[in-house]
Amino acid sequence: MATSMATKEELKERIEAGIPGASAEVRGDDGHHFEAVVTAPAFAGLSRIAQHRLVYDVFGGELGGRIHALALQTKAE
Amino acid sequence: MSDETQTQNPLRDAIDDAIRSNEVILFMKGTPEQPMCGFSARTAAALQALEAPFAAVDILPDPRIRQELSALSNWPTIPQLFVRGELVGGCDIVMEMYESGELAQLLGVEQPAGAPEADAAQAAPLSIENRLS
Repeated sequence: MATSMATKEELKERIEAGIPGASAEVRGDDGHHFEAVVTAPAFAGLSRIAQHRLVYDVFGGELGGRIHALALQTKAE
Repeated sequence: MSDETQTQNPLRDAIDDAIRSNEVILFMKGTPEQPMCGFSARTAAALQALEAPFAAVDILPDPRIRQELSALSNWPTIPQLFVRGELVGGCDIVMEMYESGELAQLLGVEQPAGAPEADAAQAAPLSIENRLS
């Protein structure tokens, strides 16, 4: 696993690749703390917990580690 | 681990038991009085602003607590709020629900009038956490 610093561009790319139809706006420049607003049709009908899990699943064990914090807001449309 | 079959997983059982036996329980970094992370601080402050009684568990003293908690809840980050045995969410979800009044509703308390007191915690430093984790 690469231990290079995470970037907002990397996070955006991975979220959009990992969740079908998703578009992500990611902020954060310190390499550890990020904020993302993710919009995806896949979120429709899901609880907030389930929506956030879909995003967390993209990063697996990296959250809390390499990616120290990811503040999330999810929207279905 | 040779004794794995003997001792099922006492720590995970203890966490599970705490979640089941406390109607509202917050797993956080530090304590509500002395939170060690801005996200934990905001989440605890929202519960305090609602004057909702809650149990709090500091996960920092032993890294295994966090490990077992996340394995149990399938949720990677801290804090984690559970109400009546169900994971409600972390800081983002709790704050969103606090602001919309859903959290008060879930906890069966009155939404306080006026500015959310949790605002006071918004400025809580995040940098402490970096040194601890």
